[in-house]
Amino acid sequence: MGLFDKFGKLAAERASLCDTQIHPFGIRIDEMYSPTEGCIEGQRVILAGTNNYLGLTFDPASIKAAQRSLALEGTGTTGSRMANGSYAGHSALEEELVDFLGRSSVIVFSTGYVANLAVIGTLAGSREVVLLDADCHASIYDACKLGGAEIIRFRHNDVADLERRMVRLGERAREAIILVEGIYSMLGDQAPLREIVEVKRRLGGYLLVDEAHSFGVLGANGRGLAEELGVDSEVDILLGTFSKSLGAVGGFAACHDAQMDLLRYASRPYIFTASPAPSAIASVRTALAAIKERPELRHQLWSNARRLYQGLAESGYQLGPQASPVIAVMLESPQEGLTVWRALIERGVYVNLVLPPATPGAVTLVRCSVSAAHTPEQIDRIIEAFASLRGAMGQVTAGA
Amino acid sequence: MITEEAILEKVMEIIEPFAPSGMVIKPNSDLTGDLGMESIKVMDMLWVLEDELKMSIPLNILMDVHTPDQLAHAILTLTERKNGTV
Repeated sequence: MGLFDKFGKLAAERASLCDTQIHPFGIRIDEMYSPTEGCIEGQRVILAGTNNYLGLTFDPASIKAAQRSLALEGTGTTGSRMANGSYAGHSALEEELVDFLGRSSVIVFSTGYVANLAVIGTLAGSREVVLLDADCHASIYDACKLGGAEIIRFRHNDVADLERRMVRLGERAREAIILVEGIYSMLGDQAPLREIVEVKRRLGGYLLVDEAHSFGVLGANGRGLAEELGVDSEVDILLGTFSKSLGAVGGFAACHDAQMDLLRYASRPYIFTASPAPSAIASVRTALAAIKERPELRHQLWSNARRLYQGLAESGYQLGPQASPVIAVMLESPQEGLTVWRALIERGVYVNLVLPPATPGAVTLVRCSVSAAHTPEQIDRIIEAFASLRGAMGQVTAGA
Repeated sequence: MITEEAILEKVMEIIEPFAPSGMVIKPNSDLTGDLGMESIKVMDMLWVLEDELKMSIPLNILMDVHTPDQLAHAILTLTERKNGTV
């Protein structure tokens, strides 16, 4: 048996989607013109599938800070923070996040995925039990497996199901780790955090919230869903990424308890991986300042998100449950999804095609992500592109 | 106290709608290989099983479960552990 024979089924599935046309899972953006425009296969497209929520990837101040760092600190740290040491920027960013989030401890990691592996995978060991929302990101599932915890799913956003499972745990519920997200990456809906906090108050447990898609997006100050719903003090650990609203790469965890710092000495994904490049840290620090100083970015993002959600709904598409910077358009089948996705690129719009098993409920999605940097005209062009694919009876007609 | 046989009967009954129509399900049928159940179907089947048995089934058991009888045995072990009999 060959080393890769076990991927035969995967290869067949890929081949069924891969003809001579452009492939959805090998897409290459040949040129970037701005946070919202790029070039794919010689075609200028509006980028509506990049999770660049605040549009800060081309922010002049962030670019300048990164360039300055490159000149002063070089291209990379060439090692881990434990072995090679932290740069001043890593520590400064942690202090700035402590201040911004009003927490006692913040640790910066190399990516958001690594942050989840490092924190959840270390805290949720083989003696712990975790209760995770079924729609949690793969990084959370992987982190639970890494740590060896007992993994119990509860139905997506179903607080009664969470409570039922907590009750079944009896005394163990007091030490259970509850894992949810601020905004879910597939359907764009939000966790019922107040109700989850209420269950936690009654039955115990620790609450970890991954705000990857909600940091910089929700809350009066952009701190995320916990701030938006006024339950920040009840969230034991807030997890986040620098690769979405902050426009670079990296991740973080923030805790009210200063003892979280001990993870630096216990967490293998922190100890044994290279630290973020200093230029990325420099641009993140500048982008974080923009979140604080430019709330208008958040307001514009939500204005664009509501405009797109409403436009797509009026065009007859079935969407995720609430207006959000992540807008899921649900389609009938993988083939229909592929048809729509390709037709949108032909019409100058790039979104993400997401197929089962990566989607909840085995639905096919084309997922749009909205940016504060999209102009209202660009949002309208995205809506027009989608609308042009629907026939008089409301069915998708592209490629028919 | 529920027996392993009773759990297996329930497991087979619940698996049936998730398997291809007309497929004969045996206690040692491989869920993926013989019954063509993708990971999503296995996860969906677990929801139904959990509701029927009024228990939470940790995902960890799936590492060692490939057939209905292995699933029934894993559930029995969970039940016994909960009841303090092992």
